[in-house]
Amino acid sequence: MSPTKPFLVQRILAVSLILLLLLAGAMFLGLSMGSTGSGLKEVWQAFVTKPEADSTLNTIIWQLRLPRVLLAALVGATLSLGGLVFQALLRNPLAEPYILGISGGSAIGAIIGILMGFSRFPGVSLTAFAGSMASLLLILVMSGGQSILKRDALLLSGVMVNAFCAAVIMFLVSMTQDARLHNILFWLMGDLSQADIQQVWILTVTLVPCFVLLFWLSNAMNLLLMGKEMAHSMGLNIKAVSVTLLVTTSFMVSATVSHSGLLGFVGLVMPHLLRLQLGPDHRVLVPACVLGGGAYMVGCDLLARVLPEQGEMPAGVITAMIGAPLFVFLLKRSGR
Amino acid sequence: MRTAIAAQNLSYSYGNSRVLQNLSFSVEKRSFFIIIGPNGSGKTTLMKLMAGIVKPQDGQLDVLGRRVGDYARKDLARTIAYVPQMLHLDFPFTVDEIVRMGRSPHLGLLGFEQQKDFEIATRAMAFTGVEYLAHRKLDQLSGGEQQLVFIARAICQDPEVILLDEPTASLDLAHQIQVMDLMEKLKTERGVTVVMVSHDINLAAMYCDRLLLLKAGRMVRHGRPNEVLTFETLEQAYGCRVLVGESPLGQAPQITPVPWKFIKAHNRSE
Repeated sequence: MSPTKPFLVQRILAVSLILLLLLAGAMFLGLSMGSTGSGLKEVWQAFVTKPEADSTLNTIIWQLRLPRVLLAALVGATLSLGGLVFQALLRNPLAEPYILGISGGSAIGAIIGILMGFSRFPGVSLTAFAGSMASLLLILVMSGGQSILKRDALLLSGVMVNAFCAAVIMFLVSMTQDARLHNILFWLMGDLSQADIQQVWILTVTLVPCFVLLFWLSNAMNLLLMGKEMAHSMGLNIKAVSVTLLVTTSFMVSATVSHSGLLGFVGLVMPHLLRLQLGPDHRVLVPACVLGGGAYMVGCDLLARVLPEQGEMPAGVITAMIGAPLFVFLLKRSGR
Repeated sequence: MRTAIAAQNLSYSYGNSRVLQNLSFSVEKRSFFIIIGPNGSGKTTLMKLMAGIVKPQDGQLDVLGRRVGDYARKDLARTIAYVPQMLHLDFPFTVDEIVRMGRSPHLGLLGFEQQKDFEIATRAMAFTGVEYLAHRKLDQLSGGEQQLVFIARAICQDPEVILLDEPTASLDLAHQIQVMDLMEKLKTERGVTVVMVSHDINLAAMYCDRLLLLKAGRMVRHGRPNEVLTFETLEQAYGCRVLVGESPLGQAPQITPVPWKFIKAHNRSE
């Protein structure tokens, strides 16, 4: 008898626990550190006892940093999980959450919102969400019927939608000259600085059911990777599963980027990093992406706030600057 | 009931091109059934129909006495397992993970395996002799080993009928015989009905109980190997010259396709 691996449930729990601790640690640091100085003690006290005085630091921690840290965790979780699902659905290791045109649609929506002078929340969030839903509808119509099962057709439709949107975005940017240009660029690079606790609640309520649904479909994602025919012969309703995965993931990514802007790279690299460490079983990877992706994003956002001497840099810069070399290192070490 | 699969006037078209036409045949339970025929004769489509991957358009197809379309997806998957032509995987699953996927139609709502499923998977790996590869990644294995893994996955599904599409193509001699021996063992020891598409007529003749010869979507002949494998039938179906002899092992016919240079030399000498 070959030794069987430890039971799946135990493995999922163990992985989740480790990543949850990582996430908690990252969030604790994220709350404590920032341009106004370190508040490790204050954060700790707030957890142990009640916050005593409403000092400026306390206000900064609970009203500015907390929403931002929570938003970062949600964004990292959603984008990582979105990348994981699209890599399985398209059976393509290069897939990421923006590959089917969601980014293009929501960017056009956001830019229109900014140009019309809407506030960041809820105005721009709503136009961005409307834009990405429009691009999802377009993809569904273009690949309607049987061809949703043809991943190359789906992929090419997405690439075309993105290319067209990129042209529209460049046109809109080239026509804009005032201060709104700065807002547009920050949105396109991904920006968590405008986080608001109300946004966080709305997103949490939206995302948690999506996470649960995708976890339920995690074994189906394993089967999808075995090819259409073999998956079908193991009793999988491929069309229903594919459409559910596509719509759920697009919806959850759209909801998220409409609040955060187009934070890049985390959705491509986190599934790969975790797959290298944990293997390709989606029943482990789905919870791992939610917790690990959240921790990674909180960490990157923290560095983006703390590293520059003054001001801050876009968190999207950090995700790729750390993620790409880290990924190459792990890939080398794994000897693939 | 002794019939595993029964087809009656089965037809199928992709758009305007008819791939299968008025096919009627039956496969006995616990038998080894092999489908042969030239490229493009509809063999793979027939396999997909039996696996429930495409639906019959005309005529009827019964699996264990029930219309294939009447089965719920998971019921059909618990009855019929399918090993498609070799595929390439982009994601690094290990051998035991792939074999355990065969338990999917038997799992509950969450898709978690129980102790029993692990045991069945281990037995399936032992059956095809890939147990020692359990923790290796599939892409590190040879083509022959990969095929044995996919067959173990199908066996792990615990089916009554197993369908294999050209399982011995691109395998070396030893692996070809190993795959065929395993299928015979599956038939005799576990009572599984084996249905296979093959291009290797000689290998087929040594193992199968019944042969079905297709050409351009129509049945040319259906029967025992020595009934189907006559030179008139084969030359009509394949459009090339063949010699039919007997295998040195006896019992089975042995087919030798005749190269053009021999035909030319023969014609000159006449």
